[in-house]
Amino acid sequence: MADAAIAHAEHETSTGLPNTKLAMWLFLSSECLLFGALITTYMLYRGQSEQPPYPQDVFDIAYTSVSTFILLSSSLSMVLALAAAEKGDDIRMRLWLLTTAFLGMAFVGGQVYEFTVFYEEGLALGTNLFGTTFYILTGFHGVHVTVGILMLLGLVGLSTSRQLPAQRSFPVEMVGLYWHFVDIVWIAIFVLIYLIPTPNPT
Amino acid sequence: MAEPEVREQTAEHAPEHRAPAAHQGGPTVRVYLRVAAILGVLTAVEVWLSYSGITGGLLITALILASITKFVMVLAYFMHLKYDDWRYGRFFLMGIVGATTLYMIVLITSKVFLR
Amino acid sequence: MASVSVSAPRGFLRRPTATTGWWSWFTTVDHKKIGIMYGVSAFVFFLIGGLEALLIRAQLARPDQTLLNADQYNQLFTMHGVTMVFLFVMPMGAAFFNYLIPLMIGARDVAFPRLNALSFWIFILGALFLYSSVFFGGAPNGGWFGYAPNSTTDPTPGMTFYALGLIITGVASTIGAVNLGVTVINLRAPGMSLFRVPVFVWMGLVVQLLLVFSLPIITVALVQMTTDRLFDTAFFDPTRGGQPILWQHLFWLFGHPEVYILILPAFGIISEILPVFSRKPLFGYQFVVFSGIAIGFIGFGVWAHHMFAAGLGPVANTAFGITTAIIAIPTGIKIFNWMATMYGGDLRFHSPLLFIVGAVMMFVIGGLSGVTHAIVPSDYQQTDTYYIVAHFHYVIFGGGVFAFFGGLVYWWPKVFGRLYPDLVAKVVFWIMLVGFNLTFGPMHILGLNGMIRREYTYPEALGLTAWNQVATVGSFLIGVSVLVFGVGAVVSLSRKRHLETDDPWDARTLEWMTACPPKPWNFDEVPTVHSLDEFWHRKYAEDHDGRVVRVPAGASGAPGHGDGHGIHLPSPSYWPLVVAVGMPLIAYGIIYSWWLVGAGALVIVVGLFAWAIEPSVAEEG
Repeated sequence: MADAAIAHAEHETSTGLPNTKLAMWLFLSSECLLFGALITTYMLYRGQSEQPPYPQDVFDIAYTSVSTFILLSSSLSMVLALAAAEKGDDIRMRLWLLTTAFLGMAFVGGQVYEFTVFYEEGLALGTNLFGTTFYILTGFHGVHVTVGILMLLGLVGLSTSRQLPAQRSFPVEMVGLYWHFVDIVWIAIFVLIYLIPTPNPT
Repeated sequence: MAEPEVREQTAEHAPEHRAPAAHQGGPTVRVYLRVAAILGVLTAVEVWLSYSGITGGLLITALILASITKFVMVLAYFMHLKYDDWRYGRFFLMGIVGATTLYMIVLITSKVFLR
Repeated sequence: MASVSVSAPRGFLRRPTATTGWWSWFTTVDHKKIGIMYGVSAFVFFLIGGLEALLIRAQLARPDQTLLNADQYNQLFTMHGVTMVFLFVMPMGAAFFNYLIPLMIGARDVAFPRLNALSFWIFILGALFLYSSVFFGGAPNGGWFGYAPNSTTDPTPGMTFYALGLIITGVASTIGAVNLGVTVINLRAPGMSLFRVPVFVWMGLVVQLLLVFSLPIITVALVQMTTDRLFDTAFFDPTRGGQPILWQHLFWLFGHPEVYILILPAFGIISEILPVFSRKPLFGYQFVVFSGIAIGFIGFGVWAHHMFAAGLGPVANTAFGITTAIIAIPTGIKIFNWMATMYGGDLRFHSPLLFIVGAVMMFVIGGLSGVTHAIVPSDYQQTDTYYIVAHFHYVIFGGGVFAFFGGLVYWWPKVFGRLYPDLVAKVVFWIMLVGFNLTFGPMHILGLNGMIRREYTYPEALGLTAWNQVATVGSFLIGVSVLVFGVGAVVSLSRKRHLETDDPWDARTLEWMTACPPKPWNFDEVPTVHSLDEFWHRKYAEDHDGRVVRVPAGASGAPGHGDGHGIHLPSPSYWPLVVAVGMPLIAYGIIYSWWLVGAGALVIVVGLFAWAIEPSVAEEG
């Protein structure tokens, strides 16, 4: 009834694609250019720092691997939230959305802790090119995760106060797209920045 | 924020309104779990590679291949591109291919790969 | 959301409902009103940028003048460039796109009307933030291109305002680009395939894609500039291994697509006006469309031609020289198609056509100098001289701004319900044409004779004085023409709204099927489209001899004089304005106080949440 009306309205578009989903993909596409520029800056300056600490001095791969698994798991909980939303199971949907949000918070918390450890080890924004490029790149990513967490909590809030439309899977799907994108950016960052070793400057 | 005073409830719990999976024949929960497991394994492989003695071009190639696989799997399954209209993927491709091309030119021009 | 009705117990949170009255402009989500606001703002900044130019020209009229000192001069030429590019041409393009695209595709509004309002408010607040710099220690002074490390080490605060201000306006443009892009792709009338939309709409789509893909790049660069200036990062600091050339790459990766963002709207306007005043269809519609797409695509591959003298080396220079030469081809294709459109047409030299023909001719001149820049050794002589200044003013002003004026006069009756006085417009055109060529023509000579850019004076011994004086006289003539335009505007708008017909130019495209000005809902009935130039084909058919014959009562009945009964338009809203306010708060906060940043972020989050729970169409009662 109302579902059909909403579905009908969405698909009255010239392409049959809903406006919001098209907009989200366009936006994510532009974000590739954003993170690409930050990663490129990192790559340009990789190994060019004129004084320590260098990446191998501060990186704790085991620790960051845990963070990576946490963020990956949050993508799983996100799709489970979507599946629940599609089945109309509000309780499970909220549960999985909250799980995603908490995993995201754990990730960001882990980042913040990592930053403080690095800082104590002598790596500030201006210490060298590594500090500059590392903090800004991962900081940007962390801000994106934080915005995602706010959106997830917003969805939970809207659902609890019954403000979500009957076809509630759509907003969940949209937030999900954003969330997964933030995850795949991390997939790139984890490999390019953390795992590929940086040569020591001579 | 204004609290809604008058609310018209729509069917919030319609147990009979149960779509089998996502939109047009999307992945089931089982598929999601399988994808997640593969992603986890790939990540573990990446970490193992970094601790292994492998170095140089071999290490970089293996790591990049693993990460690209993860990248594509999240896009295809979690972000649904495999099941969705081709246009979404086309727009995203513009961004990712465009970014990679332009930035590789910048890095090549800056002689980064000759270091 | 449509099932939820919201009424506020507290009065000040009541959903605004007014669509008339001055307050309604702050809460409007109507693309036509938003387009007008963009247009008025853009024109005001055109005047401000023009005044900055006149001050520059006054200073350069004679050698060794001290009307302005070097520091003041730096601020003036920087703000002239920033204002003209970011606060005039781009928003004026947005004005045309916002007003016309929905009308041209038979839609009632854009895809996301509140987001549209948000774009405008973020833009205007960002512009005001940028100009507020004069009160906080001085305007930006590092050139509109902000080359590091000059821009990142200058101790005056201006360039921080530059960086943050352009980040803000960039956000506005990105949001607007996604909005208009989805609109063109998704909101076309039934039967209007992509190859039946006006060229103007196609150029609009290409521009939005250029914006979406190029703005993130400069956003990163501006963030890096901000952190270098405020937080001691080393992005462009050579003493810590930073490479200033990175700024140039990132800036021009955006900057070159940007110039196509500036000119493609004009190409679209030209492509609409020429057929109407030649009473002939556009020649080679598909070629014009595909060349626009090609320009957009190749435009991403030429950026380093702004860096030929920066030391990238012969391989890079050669590659970019080749791509730069290649991009002249699709542009040339457009020119030939425009000429072929006019050839054999029944030309009516009303003022819009004068402006358009002038635009094409001036653009060609600018294109010719542009082709000489593509040849690297030649560019070594031209770079950083007034020869370059001549080139880009011929294409942006000669091509772009003349086309804008043509478009303003052409669509004036649509927007304002009365004609712009044609004689006045013609006077404006001729004075502007003469003044423009007197200003920028001599700059070719000045540049090749060695006059350097961005310097507040020059010595007498260089023998540059005479042409500089000519240029200054020309610039004041341009000022006169703009004044005349303003007089004509006032005269026109002070008259009562009156038009003999809602289709004064006997035009070809859907926007002329609506009333002048259109009702808020645009079309009483969304038209079904059967061909390109749909409106024309409803008015005219060909008889068995192939002659064009008027179809009686073929203009689909009286346009848009219904009462809009049963049409639900998106309702006005406060939240776009509220959310937009958060942006300058954050920007001031980054400079002065983290509390302000928190306040700005809070405003945005609260505003967005309230927006999310507000239905786009308010319930009745």
